[in-house]
Amino acid sequence: MIPRPFEYHAPSALPDVIALLDKYGDEAKLLAGGHSLLPMMKLRFAGPAHVIDLRKVASLKGIALEGGEIRIGAMTTENELIFSALVAEHVPLLVEAARQIADPQVRYKGTIGGDISHGDPGNDHPAVMLALDAAFVLAGAGGERVVQAADFFLGTFETAMAPGEVMTQIRIPVPGPGTGAAYAKLKRKTGDYATAAAAVVLRMKDGTCAAARIGLTNVGPTALNAHDAAQALLGTAVDEAAIAQAAAKAMAICEPAADLRGDEEYKTAMAGQMVERALRLALSRVK
Amino acid sequence: MDTNIETHARLEKLEGIGCSRKRREDPRFIQGKGNYVDDIKLPGMLSGVMVRSPYAHAKIVSIDTSKAKAHPGVHAVLTAEDLKPLKLHWMPTLAGDVQAVLADGRVSFQNQEVAFVVADDRYTAADAADLVEVEYEELPAVVDPFKALAPDAPVIRPDLDGKNVGAHGARKHHNHIFNWQIGDKDKTDRAFANAEVTVKQDMLYPRVHPCPLETCGSVANYDAIRGDLTVWITSQAPHVVRTVVGLLSSIPESKIRIISPDIGGGFGNKVGVYPGYVCAIVASIVLGRPVKWIESRSENLTTTAFARDYWMTGELAADKNGKIRALRVNVTADHGAFDACADPTKWPAGMFHVCTGSYDIANAHVSVDGVYTNKFPGGVAYRCSFRVTEAVYLIERMIDVLAQRLDIDKAEIRRRNFIQAEQFPYLSPLGLEFDSGNYAPALERVLEAVDYKALRAEQAALRADPNAPTLMGIGITTFTEIVGAGPSKNCDILGIGMFDSCEIRVHPDGSAIARMGSISQGQGHQTTYAQIIASEAGIAASQIAVEEGDTSTAPYGLGTYGSRSTPVAGAATARAARKIREKARKIAAHLLEVAPDDLEFDLDQFKVKGDPARGKTMKEIAWAAYNNVPEGMEMGLEAVDYYDPPNFTFPFGAYVCVLDITKKTGETKVRRFYALDDCGTRINPMIIEGQIHGGLTEGFAVAMGQELPYDEQGNVLGGTLMDYFLPTSQETPHWETDFTVTPSPHHPIGAKGVAESPHVGSIPCFSSAMVDAFAHLGTTHFNMPYNSFRVWQHAKSLGLTA
Repeated sequence: MIPRPFEYHAPSALPDVIALLDKYGDEAKLLAGGHSLLPMMKLRFAGPAHVIDLRKVASLKGIALEGGEIRIGAMTTENELIFSALVAEHVPLLVEAARQIADPQVRYKGTIGGDISHGDPGNDHPAVMLALDAAFVLAGAGGERVVQAADFFLGTFETAMAPGEVMTQIRIPVPGPGTGAAYAKLKRKTGDYATAAAAVVLRMKDGTCAAARIGLTNVGPTALNAHDAAQALLGTAVDEAAIAQAAAKAMAICEPAADLRGDEEYKTAMAGQMVERALRLALSRVK
Repeated sequence: MDTNIETHARLEKLEGIGCSRKRREDPRFIQGKGNYVDDIKLPGMLSGVMVRSPYAHAKIVSIDTSKAKAHPGVHAVLTAEDLKPLKLHWMPTLAGDVQAVLADGRVSFQNQEVAFVVADDRYTAADAADLVEVEYEELPAVVDPFKALAPDAPVIRPDLDGKNVGAHGARKHHNHIFNWQIGDKDKTDRAFANAEVTVKQDMLYPRVHPCPLETCGSVANYDAIRGDLTVWITSQAPHVVRTVVGLLSSIPESKIRIISPDIGGGFGNKVGVYPGYVCAIVASIVLGRPVKWIESRSENLTTTAFARDYWMTGELAADKNGKIRALRVNVTADHGAFDACADPTKWPAGMFHVCTGSYDIANAHVSVDGVYTNKFPGGVAYRCSFRVTEAVYLIERMIDVLAQRLDIDKAEIRRRNFIQAEQFPYLSPLGLEFDSGNYAPALERVLEAVDYKALRAEQAALRADPNAPTLMGIGITTFTEIVGAGPSKNCDILGIGMFDSCEIRVHPDGSAIARMGSISQGQGHQTTYAQIIASEAGIAASQIAVEEGDTSTAPYGLGTYGSRSTPVAGAATARAARKIREKARKIAAHLLEVAPDDLEFDLDQFKVKGDPARGKTMKEIAWAAYNNVPEGMEMGLEAVDYYDPPNFTFPFGAYVCVLDITKKTGETKVRRFYALDDCGTRINPMIIEGQIHGGLTEGFAVAMGQELPYDEQGNVLGGTLMDYFLPTSQETPHWETDFTVTPSPHHPIGAKGVAESPHVGSIPCFSSAMVDAFAHLGTTHFNMPYNSFRVWQHAKSLGLTA
């Protein structure tokens, strides 16, 4: 309910953020929106001595189309994604997913960069990023580097971000013609994490599947890249048999933790159901 | 014509009974101008935070408070040792048991209160609470009431060692609290032995929590100079709290002032007296400064007044045509570590004996065993404080089970068993006198509204299709509630009869103030009590201020829970208003120089019979009350009424619910919910509608998602709003409401109370619909909550998910 004492920093330039991270090391946490970090601090599960708020860093905001990619500043809020005409036009999957995150009030504060870099398997963006084959720009004292989503999520609260790094930008290749996508999420109520969810991006060519990517939310220690499931769709018409096979392959990689949302069996089955649901929706959206 | 228009205008101005007057409370609430306990800020006020046990069952080896006391800004750290000299380390509960205020050498549930840290502010207190070092020696915990009754079960209450008789009779085991039986066992057993058909069903009404928007809290301020104690508190029964505080502290009640300010929902969670209140009071007395204690959300969900946790076995004996001959019920009631229910002394299972429901059942017997477990105490809440929810759930489930056994339609079997209108007042086999009811027409009206036949036809077609992705369930309940506790011959709290009160003062300008012993927590008392007075005493509701909750100004009353405000305090209000009217009649007669009997009351004035042009308005009479009264009459225009109801009231309803269930995921959609309620005379239809929407929504929450399960170690799971299901507008179904009016014959205005009916009635309706979806596959019951996970598990057990 009441966090432990901490020092609050609100720098306005990225180099200052990096300098603070260097100075305080393990004792510092980045505050990107606060809807994961602050509850953990209030419950005293987390007790950083220094909180570095990123909200004043203007360079971390904004959405642009550049070089065939949608580039999104890491501090872009969920509602800014939802209200963005650019995102709606080029990556509607992101809008669909963001609308299923938490509730409208939280979406005014929560940010895409915070959601991704927190490394929580229950967060929704990681699976979507896997399906979209996104890449993340990480900045640190040594400069910038770009890491693919497929290489980023290592474990629960564990990512490829090195100590002292800040996520600055999310880069999403604009899906080509013939693409359909969907995010199907089963949750108990508004504001809940997924019991299971699936993000799917399909590219169809001449009636058969030319490319597919599938990401799974909250059914493993991290967001799961259901590679085999996606591969199983290639060359098929994404008919019911192919969908069932993909779902079975996706279920095979699930290792969910039991909680009040369900046991391992239920969550695994629901991952399959969400893959099926997302695939049918994605197929219907191909254009 | 003109007269009609004029009469209509006067009637509209009165805003009396039957008027959908807008709630007078809302302008301040929706503008953030309410005044809740946490809004109270006094000069020099300190804040207290509880140190709580991480273990469900443990000995306390030692408590070291030295680091916490040394923390800057800390004023005191209380433990049981500090309370012992004051004999306040234990306190009586409202159920005849005792409860540890701060753990006395042992903790018996997770999050039990161990120490109370008082500091300059809540932040400092929370930091210091982390510095209190408690060494525990963990003991095996028992969270299952059946395992608690095993011969070798851990002893949960060593303080009761050797006490073989509790507040409600003999204890048969060290973890047993009471056995309570009612009804004729022999006759009932004989009816079962001779029955053509019998059915039996086990069911659990899970442990849930009402989770009011505002958590519990208090601000205690002891004035050492005056010797006065003032406590602002989130209490549904401030007068009872004053009596309890007086008993505990030995301060006379005249020196204690309890104030319940605006309350953000109670639902039974705010009936009891909690350790935090006692600690805040002690700390204020010791430190000579005001001390505030406010629960966090998780503290609220895991320590103060849970609801239910009733393990019930129901049995019905019937003829082949479905006519019920007998009901037998056995209950194992999990009360947690301390028996802190708030039932009438005579009835440790409250009014559970309303469990014969709306049906004419000749024989019945009920046996309830209360059991201690290593879980938090309560059993009061919610939205029905007296186990009526459990009783109604049992009979409504059982009649469905019988219908399935006999292959009789679930509506039809109810028709065959209803108490008929001409049977009222109806004496139930368990000794309750149902005041009034008219059940069959209510059911028919609802069945017609939803086109029940068409729904059953649609369901049959769906069941015939093995590839259908969904199941359809149709639920019916025809419930009878018992509210308005209660007649003092049966009902008391701590020996005080469960009357309630109203005091009205009419000012010289004709406006008035009314004060009651009840206390609104969202029910809209400020709005509706004024309407009763308007109709009864002819004073416009807009001219009446209604005040409750301050024990120094309001007359003593037992408070608001169990839908008792309208049946009891509302009756007192009507009677006090009638006393005002009768005194006004005498003053008017004096002014008009006629006999009182020559006057007739007409909305807001007295008129001379046969000469309607002559009369005196209530406004004129009020003025005269302060300067020109008949000889021998006291001046002023005031009245007070303490109302001891002759009986309970018995609201009823008929509900239908239609569910669509996705087989492969367990997702459930409420397609339709039609609720017809009969609460007798309707005071404010808009407020009734709001109460019903709220009750149905909370019923939906209980049936579809709420639970507070425990793991084997006694850790409470789901004690945050991340897990505990509080539906938002997104999840909440659309409600269709309807009503009939069957007034209570013994209530002064025929009103019965309504707030709990929709909760009591809707939960078994959801169960009825859920079970009905699987009934063709042999399912007669499965336990709530029907979250997707559980529904899927049930579907899977029937081979439906493949």
